[in-house]
Amino acid sequence: MNTSNVIRLASMRSGFSQTGILAELSQAEMTEAEDRGARSAELDEMSAHLVAVAQEQDREAFSALFRHFAPRLKSYFRRYGEDDGRTDEVMQETFAAIWTKAHQFDPSRASASTWIYTIARNQRIDAFRRERRPQFDPNDPAFVPENVPDGEDSVTYRERAEHLSEAMAELSDKQREVLRLAFFEDQPHEAIARRLGLPIGTVKSRIRLAYGHLRTRLSPTAGGLL
Amino acid sequence: MTIKHHIADDLVLAYASGELDEATSLLVATHMSLCPQCRQALELAESIGGSLIEEEAEAEIADGELEAIFSRIENTKESATPAPVPERARRGSYVLPQPLRDYADGDVDGLRWRSLGGGVRHLPIDTGASRAKARLLYIPAGSKVPDHGHRGLELTLVLAGSFYDEGAWFRRGDVEEADATVEHQPVAGPEEACICLAVTDAPLRFRSLIPRLAQPFLGI
Repeated sequence: MNTSNVIRLASMRSGFSQTGILAELSQAEMTEAEDRGARSAELDEMSAHLVAVAQEQDREAFSALFRHFAPRLKSYFRRYGEDDGRTDEVMQETFAAIWTKAHQFDPSRASASTWIYTIARNQRIDAFRRERRPQFDPNDPAFVPENVPDGEDSVTYRERAEHLSEAMAELSDKQREVLRLAFFEDQPHEAIARRLGLPIGTVKSRIRLAYGHLRTRLSPTAGGLL
Repeated sequence: MTIKHHIADDLVLAYASGELDEATSLLVATHMSLCPQCRQALELAESIGGSLIEEEAEAEIADGELEAIFSRIENTKESATPAPVPERARRGSYVLPQPLRDYADGDVDGLRWRSLGGGVRHLPIDTGASRAKARLLYIPAGSKVPDHGHRGLELTLVLAGSFYDEGAWFRRGDVEEADATVEHQPVAGPEEACICLAVTDAPLRFRSLIPRLAQPFLGI
């Protein structure tokens, strides 16, 4: 996060009105900073809800997760072209899995939305594709753990999440669109190209550029995620 | 153990988005269990998924859906309590990491290899209807893998021993990626037999598919 963003957010949090330095900011910039601040607070809240579900089987917290994620996950499942009956079934299975697996959520490693995304993805593969999804098992004796040097804390999740959200915001709308299609639709690049009326090469290069940008922004030399 | 040859970005992204078929996912997941670096790349890719979920349109949710979920949870009676974590006493004692060990139904000692001649053995791994095919290969120390080509992408993950191919050494955890244009002949290292997981005709999701006449791979 750059200095001006920090100032902006700090001012917003302390309830300053739009005066002084803030008056010079365009409305668009303000909205963007507010959005980011609100999103960040919401992410923390969702993460706390998941922890409450894991530790106290808290139904209120679970309901809050449902209200936030159910409408979004429904859109996600609908992308895969199944009828609404199937979609509702997978929704139920996904939320039942969120309830029973909540203890596996580690708020220091992932955001609630990332963790819930992985649960939803796995349920989708099970239900719509009827395939298994092979996964590594951190408790396997053959598993090679991370070699974290003593006393050297890696970048906190909080920082990583902020880097990612900034890097995502830097993508052009076109790049974000192809990334979303590539990520969320069971469609080969040819289909994406047809749908957007673009040459296949353009689709491929946009995906590579978008992912490459995120990867570079989050690399260790940039002080980010990897 | 230092892994030098990793899973390419595009495959990590496809694994994170759930687009890879079962055989290719098996190889990627098995590599991940040996490779902290690729697990970090996976974390990044999955956070992209999480942030795209946040941006999804909000579809309408029918009344009673939450209640239906609560009654489902009560009926299954599974509680949100952690399963006991098994001890890691036998770390490093398996040649086949998970999830491969489950698919192979045990570690290497119990495998029912089939001979392909010249001391080379193989064992097809059942990955359902997956278009790509997975198999374990056993190549005696110093032996050549029969010359072969393939239609799509071929991924080879080393699990024991080593092999040399196209100017590079591949050891435990390393993945060699060869597309259809590569006509290669890997040679197992001299120290011990090389055991690897090979996935052939993996879908080339992010690459242009170059059609070519398929040569039979090891007689399969």
